[in-house]
Amino acid sequence: MTQTLLDDQLIGTTAATAPGLLRLLARNRAALVAAAVIAAFLLMAAVAPMLASHDPNQQRSESIRVPPVWQAGGSPRFPLGTDALGRDLLSRIVYGARVSITLGVIVVLLTMIVGTGLGLLAGYFGGWFDAFVSRIVDVLLAFPFLIFALAIMAATGPSLTALVLALAFKGWVDFYRVVRGDVLAARGAAYVTAARGLGASTAHIIFREILPNVVPPIIVVATLRMATIIIAEASLSFLGIGVPPSIPAWGTMVSDGRADIATAWWIATLPGLAILLLVLSVNLFGEGLRDALDPRMSL
Amino acid sequence: MWSRFISRRVLQLIPVLLGVSFIVFLTMHLTPGDPVEHMLGQAGRVSQQQVDELRSYYGLDRSFAVQYWVFLSHAASGDFGISYSHQGRPVASIIRERSPATIELTLFAFLLALVLAIPAGVIASLRPQGAFDRIATVSALIGISLPGFWLGIVLMILFGLRLHWLPISGRIALGMAPETITGLAAVDALLTGNAPAFWSALRHLTLPGLVLAAPMAAMVMRMLRSSMIGVLEQDYVQFARAKGLPETMVVGKHALRNALIPTINIVALQTGLLLSGNMIIETVFRYPGLGKLAVDAIGAADYPLVQAVVLIYAGSYVLLNLGADILHAVLDPTVRPT
Repeated sequence: MTQTLLDDQLIGTTAATAPGLLRLLARNRAALVAAAVIAAFLLMAAVAPMLASHDPNQQRSESIRVPPVWQAGGSPRFPLGTDALGRDLLSRIVYGARVSITLGVIVVLLTMIVGTGLGLLAGYFGGWFDAFVSRIVDVLLAFPFLIFALAIMAATGPSLTALVLALAFKGWVDFYRVVRGDVLAARGAAYVTAARGLGASTAHIIFREILPNVVPPIIVVATLRMATIIIAEASLSFLGIGVPPSIPAWGTMVSDGRADIATAWWIATLPGLAILLLVLSVNLFGEGLRDALDPRMSL
Repeated sequence: MWSRFISRRVLQLIPVLLGVSFIVFLTMHLTPGDPVEHMLGQAGRVSQQQVDELRSYYGLDRSFAVQYWVFLSHAASGDFGISYSHQGRPVASIIRERSPATIELTLFAFLLALVLAIPAGVIASLRPQGAFDRIATVSALIGISLPGFWLGIVLMILFGLRLHWLPISGRIALGMAPETITGLAAVDALLTGNAPAFWSALRHLTLPGLVLAAPMAAMVMRMLRSSMIGVLEQDYVQFARAKGLPETMVVGKHALRNALIPTINIVALQTGLLLSGNMIIETVFRYPGLGKLAVDAIGAADYPLVQAVVLIYAGSYVLLNLGADILHAVLDPTVRPT
């Protein structure tokens, strides 16, 4: 309780500034550790070619299903072992980070722009536009996301463009709802009335007055959406309709290992650990951000 | 008063379902592959005449608008056309055959999630930052961060292949299926007093049910915990305590009832997500339900089947939310219709 009070006071004063945010985050050890893990994954994705000791797609018929180095029969040449085609798992996991992170960032940015834009307009102008977009949102909310993504991917065949569209299809709704709600509330706020009274243009009011105030919740939604998107992409890739098979992706790797779970447990389980670690860190960091930026949304 | 409230909400569903059906129909028709070619793919050489006959048999030679209208008017009477991939069987009959398995798995996961989440949420809220709360909060965070397909495989390896405690695929042991009454294997086994079949069905449900329930249990637990913490500070709870009511009564009756109100929406939302989770989990565990049916149908470009399953999923999702709204109104006098 005192914690919340303290946070509330800090929000009013310092959290709006970047150093204030950092100070709040710095008190949250879990979020800091999560940030470090995320940074490590980002670095791993960036320097994947230097870090991976092998070409992730190189097949070796002479060394298939080599166990990880700590197991009997393991080899230091393949620290995490190899899969059924003799591909080095560690190199594939390192490269897989590129796919998950790149797709996650692209999809989140895309949905953020669409959702925030529509939310600003619908919240500020209301009327038929708001009614129209809100009906679309109702329809989209009634969609089981995965089955729709499946249908798109099945229809177009595995391609990265289709995957981005399938993942983005419904994701903007979260941004839209948060932004629209906040804009509705801001519309009658004193600072907006004042700006209008001073003769500010509508565009100025929306983008220079209101938008900066809805940035904190947008950042929080973006972070938490990132976690969802990474899992969704991995799930589609697992079902064989996500990332094209020539690109090493974590979901595909888990699926590759399914046939061998009785004899070579590492092929399916180790790439999944990477997903879990990254998603867990993104969630932890996102919740830390939320507590720091927007305590109203905290659970 | 109630009938107007409910009928208004039901009417609001119609445009939503129409929108869903249109989007699904559109996507399926933008698909480049021709379903007839898909069907004939394995059949070897066929004449153009045979292709044309098949196309007109399935109504594929008509315009988009006509096809959509035919689909809609038939769907309204429960006729979803003929499947392309199941030897020309009516879609409705395939769905009837597969639904009970999915209903059973979803119900099982739903109950499991609540049985785990409600006590955990309540106990965690009694001593925030206490040992139990910390463990529960961390587990919940892991629960929402786990990819379901991976958790499924890990549990299969551990409990199926290593420990041999639980089966890793199917609905019931071969030859043990009970007489069909409801279609839900465990329920039918109970109704016919068939204990071995009941045990077998339950064991088959355990792993997929647990994996499906994990994210829902996590979200519900978190919501209930935070809303309990809020409620326990309220005056009326303090008052109930001051009256000398036993703590179990204060927590169980006064606090929990009010803390459950905001939790209902999360429960509805998460139950909807159970439906899409089905597709992954049923595929991982080779569980013969609607989700696996949908994934297979998409692979086979079986439009009528995919359309029907998507509509059923969307319909149940929308009905769930309606149910939650009504329950919300029943429990919370402030949102009751007047």
